[in-house]
Amino acid sequence: MTDATTGGDAAFVEFDHVQKSYDGETLVVKDLNLSIAKGEFLTMLGPSGSGKTTCLMMLAGFETATHGEIRLAGREINNIPPHKRGIGMVFQNYALFPHMTVAENLAFPLEVRKLGKSEREQKVKRALDMVQMGAFGGRRPAQLSGGQQQRIALARALVFEPELVLMDEPLGALDKQLREHMQFEITRLAHELGITTVYVTHDQTEALTMSDNVAVFDDGRIQQLAPPAVLYEEPENSFVAQFIGENNTLEGVVQEIKGDIAVVKLDDGELIDCKPVNVSKAGERTRVSIRPERVETNKARLQPGAHTLKAEVLEFIYMGDIYRTRLRVAGNDDFVVKTRNAPDQKRMQPGEQIEIGWLPSDCRALDA
Amino acid sequence: MSDITQDGPMLAADGTPLKKSLARALRRQKIRALMLIAPLLIFVLVTFIAPIADMLFRSVENQIVRDTLPRTVVALKDWNPDGEEIPGEAVFQALNLDFQIAAEEKNHTKLGSRLNYESPGISSVFRSTGRGADKIGKDAEKTFTGIDPRWKDPAIWAGIFASPEAETALPRSARAYEAFAKSVRAEGKKEVAKAKLWPVVFSALLDDLTLAQPDAAAVAALPAPGPELVNAALAAGLQPIDAKQAFLEINDGWSKLDLWQTISAYSPPYTAGYFLNAADFEQTSHGIEARPPSERIYLKLFWRTLWMSMTITACCILLGYPVAWLLANLRASTANVLMILVLLPFWTSLLVRTSAWKVLLQQQGVINDLLVWMGLVSDGNRLVMINNQFGTIIAMTHILLPFMILPLYSVMKTVPPSYVRAAKSLGATPWTAFWRVYFPQSIPGIGAGSILCFILAIGYYITPELVGGTEGVFISRYIAYHISTSLNWGLAAALGTILLAAVLLLYYVYDKIVGIDNVKLG
Amino acid sequence: MKLTSILLASSALTLAAGAASAIDLTFVSWGGAYQNSQLKAYAEPYMAEHPDVHIAWDESSAEAVAKLRAMNEAGNVTWDLVDVTVSDSIRLCDEGLAREIDFDTELAAAPDGTSATDDFGATLINDCFVPQIVYSTTFGYRTDLVGDTPPTSVCDIFDLQKYPGKRSLQKRPIDNMEWALYCDGVAEEDIYNVLGTDEGVDRALKKLDTIKDQVVWWTAGAETPQLLADGEVVFGSTFNGRLFSAIVEQNQPIAMLWDMQSYDIDGWIVPTGLDAEKEAVVMDFLKFATDTQRLADQAKYISYGPARASSAPLVGKLDGTDIDMAPHMPTDPANATNVHRYDYTWWADHRDDLDAKFQAWLAQ
Repeated sequence: MTDATTGGDAAFVEFDHVQKSYDGETLVVKDLNLSIAKGEFLTMLGPSGSGKTTCLMMLAGFETATHGEIRLAGREINNIPPHKRGIGMVFQNYALFPHMTVAENLAFPLEVRKLGKSEREQKVKRALDMVQMGAFGGRRPAQLSGGQQQRIALARALVFEPELVLMDEPLGALDKQLREHMQFEITRLAHELGITTVYVTHDQTEALTMSDNVAVFDDGRIQQLAPPAVLYEEPENSFVAQFIGENNTLEGVVQEIKGDIAVVKLDDGELIDCKPVNVSKAGERTRVSIRPERVETNKARLQPGAHTLKAEVLEFIYMGDIYRTRLRVAGNDDFVVKTRNAPDQKRMQPGEQIEIGWLPSDCRALDA
Repeated sequence: MSDITQDGPMLAADGTPLKKSLARALRRQKIRALMLIAPLLIFVLVTFIAPIADMLFRSVENQIVRDTLPRTVVALKDWNPDGEEIPGEAVFQALNLDFQIAAEEKNHTKLGSRLNYESPGISSVFRSTGRGADKIGKDAEKTFTGIDPRWKDPAIWAGIFASPEAETALPRSARAYEAFAKSVRAEGKKEVAKAKLWPVVFSALLDDLTLAQPDAAAVAALPAPGPELVNAALAAGLQPIDAKQAFLEINDGWSKLDLWQTISAYSPPYTAGYFLNAADFEQTSHGIEARPPSERIYLKLFWRTLWMSMTITACCILLGYPVAWLLANLRASTANVLMILVLLPFWTSLLVRTSAWKVLLQQQGVINDLLVWMGLVSDGNRLVMINNQFGTIIAMTHILLPFMILPLYSVMKTVPPSYVRAAKSLGATPWTAFWRVYFPQSIPGIGAGSILCFILAIGYYITPELVGGTEGVFISRYIAYHISTSLNWGLAAALGTILLAAVLLLYYVYDKIVGIDNVKLG
Repeated sequence: MKLTSILLASSALTLAAGAASAIDLTFVSWGGAYQNSQLKAYAEPYMAEHPDVHIAWDESSAEAVAKLRAMNEAGNVTWDLVDVTVSDSIRLCDEGLAREIDFDTELAAAPDGTSATDDFGATLINDCFVPQIVYSTTFGYRTDLVGDTPPTSVCDIFDLQKYPGKRSLQKRPIDNMEWALYCDGVAEEDIYNVLGTDEGVDRALKKLDTIKDQVVWWTAGAETPQLLADGEVVFGSTFNGRLFSAIVEQNQPIAMLWDMQSYDIDGWIVPTGLDAEKEAVVMDFLKFATDTQRLADQAKYISYGPARASSAPLVGKLDGTDIDMAPHMPTDPANATNVHRYDYTWWADHRDDLDAKFQAWLAQ
């Protein structure tokens, strides 16, 4: 797969300094620059109101950009009406036409493209088979389960063979198991057909498991654009760190920066070594981020160079495969540690005083 | 627990059969539910179901002929209505008695009006006969008082007819006297033994003594001075009344075959006559026939009511659909303001709105003035927009528009914008997206609005009456006319019943075509 | 202190009212200026004399027959005195829905001792009807729409060449059929003989056909004055009192066309089946309200002629003005040169027939 930062000539979809305002006073999308390569699966992830859906709607043509250019395959599409853009779209509520059968729904985009009857039938059949719904052509959407409707919506968005498919939280209404299954189905199809996909969700697991690249939105801006692993392992700012996965934060002030080590003085006076990510000079306030699973509570397993701290156990939750322990660390009562359920892992009691540690490289000093 | 293993019916924990105990539990629920709806149920029964039932009954009820002319109806059974001859003396004798009693009870004009609905002209025969019929009785009275002045004394009559023998000895007189006594008692002002006798009792007595020999034993058993008076009269050589000649003298309408055919045709207690009339047919002695062309009005009016109601409904759809769409797609605050404008007509009296249309549409009205001022219409050729069908359609469309907009709006509100977006993303032009995707989903709203508008329109009275002239009025006008002016309540009931049936039929057809599940009111 | 006295006073009033056992009566009339004249001329003076009697008004005279019949069927007559036209009174009397009245004993004699029967004279039509006023149905026309030659004959209504434009006529056969025959050349005295035949009815309807598409049909008396005032019609028939208000009180450009005015009488009937106590009060009121002075008083408020001969000399001026009422009365000799004598009994006998034919003709 192409790298996230690939731009220029290879870009299939491009947002160029795009801004959007509804009321003329506040910007919902602030100076968006984004390029998506052909065949890429890009997820726009962010909390509600972050501007991700607006971006999708501008791309689909249902909203117009207040400023900037949107290009599709090198052509500016700002002024092209939605029905001429040739972009497939899957909606949050599937938007299957309730008064048409499944087959009629699928035939609809072919019909408006004036395809012949036999060609239509053939394509509809192929699309239905593709989503393993071949036997359901004669049913009405209301007679299908949520998952089945989802498949049909997908098939309908693909049946006219668009090069770009947009999906707006398509799995939001499904239960957990079905959702996981469909995540797999969608990625499989996207890769098999080689189509470019822009996927909007607020569910980070979905974003991480499905995407080639994830664009994390907040406050009308892309906070970080990166492949899932990079996003999780190396969040570039405290918003991304907080938003993706579980995260412990400790607040303090940068004491000094020595190469790839930043010494941070925590608010309770403790000094710790961190990896400086977006702190540049001493004296800056910082938020230190450590993933719960990177904290070691078993002294014996601490690696050399690990930094140790004292902690008090506040709560211990048994979760089967893992233990989840809430600690008080450096004045923070919400410091969570996840430990694997292993024979040598002891179960801690609330009130117990323990020592914990982590590698400085797992501890990222981010913006305050 | 043991009930699971045992044979026979399942038992509840206390040993009663499970079915019975379930039924008891359900019955309590049902009674509670019934009590909750009881006030409404009673209200609906009293104010809605009962009047409709009464209306249905009135449209076929025809007791009046039998109740007013009981003996005549029986005597007419021997008469052949298809012949060329009017009935003979026997029928006139019965009529003489019936009619005089009816005239005293003031029932003859009601019957005259009733029969006049079927055959115009009868009413005037009945009314004028009512004024002259008691002459026959008065002549008889003179005959009897000439024989013995005691006949004039009401107390003597009271004495004679208090006896059960009078029924056998003087059957006709007993009936006439009974009617007289009942009427006096009902009035409650005088004692029966003192009130002035109706002349008809003398005419009945004359019939009793001349048409057949009275039963001598029964006469002898009458209380004194009954036997003496009766025997004296019998001995005086009485002449029977020539009832036929007497009636023909009062009004020669009785010589018309048509009148007798009508009485004969309408003597059964129930009749299809009102319904036939409502469909421009009439029942004649030759069977059912269409009315003469100049009297056929109801079918035309039903048809007009239907097509104008449909036109009004169609106008409501055309005007209401865009407004409802706008309402459903505007921001909530703007939509609320617009909604108030839509509802505004509801807060103004119907009469005020209709009168406003009169002012706007009349020839010297606002719209014509404006057109003349703009030079679009010359002063001499002002448009006629009121007192015709155009006026009715305009005013009714305005009045019924909210009934179309509200259901449309509530349905459109539930159609998510994503459907049209989906259609567009699939390549449909805005028109195709609307026509193929949005419009079909708004059909339930159109259905609900159309049913509301149509059913309201079909029974509308006041607005067509005020702005419709003669061309733009509905069948409701004639229902009102027959209720309050012509007092032909049976015909009004039949017209109303047909209207009700037409609405139910259309509702059924609608259900078959569109499906009533497809109607959403909100 | 104040509150207590108010409470005391009101409880005293309640007691007093209870002691006098107030009688509530419901009178039925036509509303508008006419009902107002009845209120001013009879009801208010009567209530002033009899504080225990309270009179409520119901403006249902137009549907009096239908409603009385319905009340009678339901066995619950809630009206105590009903103002009706002669033709309605005939139907009510014929059907036993109106009480028969002995005019000489139950009504007041004239001041000079003339019996009520003689004083009312020809206005007594049947045994139930106590006449109040003589009014006429006649035409008014727009003075500015008839050019230099104002209409002088009722037959100008049928002349569309000379007087183009709409005319308003009452939506019923009475009067219209007679005018049609008269203008078709039937002598006034022969009208009912002709109208009594099927050919006569056809002839009248045929005459009406000539103006049918220029006719605005009215049902309420207020419609014609409004149509005339708006200039919607050139001619319009209505009750002369309505035209009087439009001409004299509202100064509209309207004039009267008295030719072939059709006399009608309006009066009271007492429904049958009142309880004795109420009936006594109603009869007492009726005697008071139809005496010579009261009928003359009514003419102060409306331009309808009193039904008693003895009232005529007492008719004065319009209440609160200098306008002499006599020249506006339908019975004034200047207005009554050519009148149509409306035959109530003929209509009572034939109304059902002609109504049916007329309605069918209207709907064609």
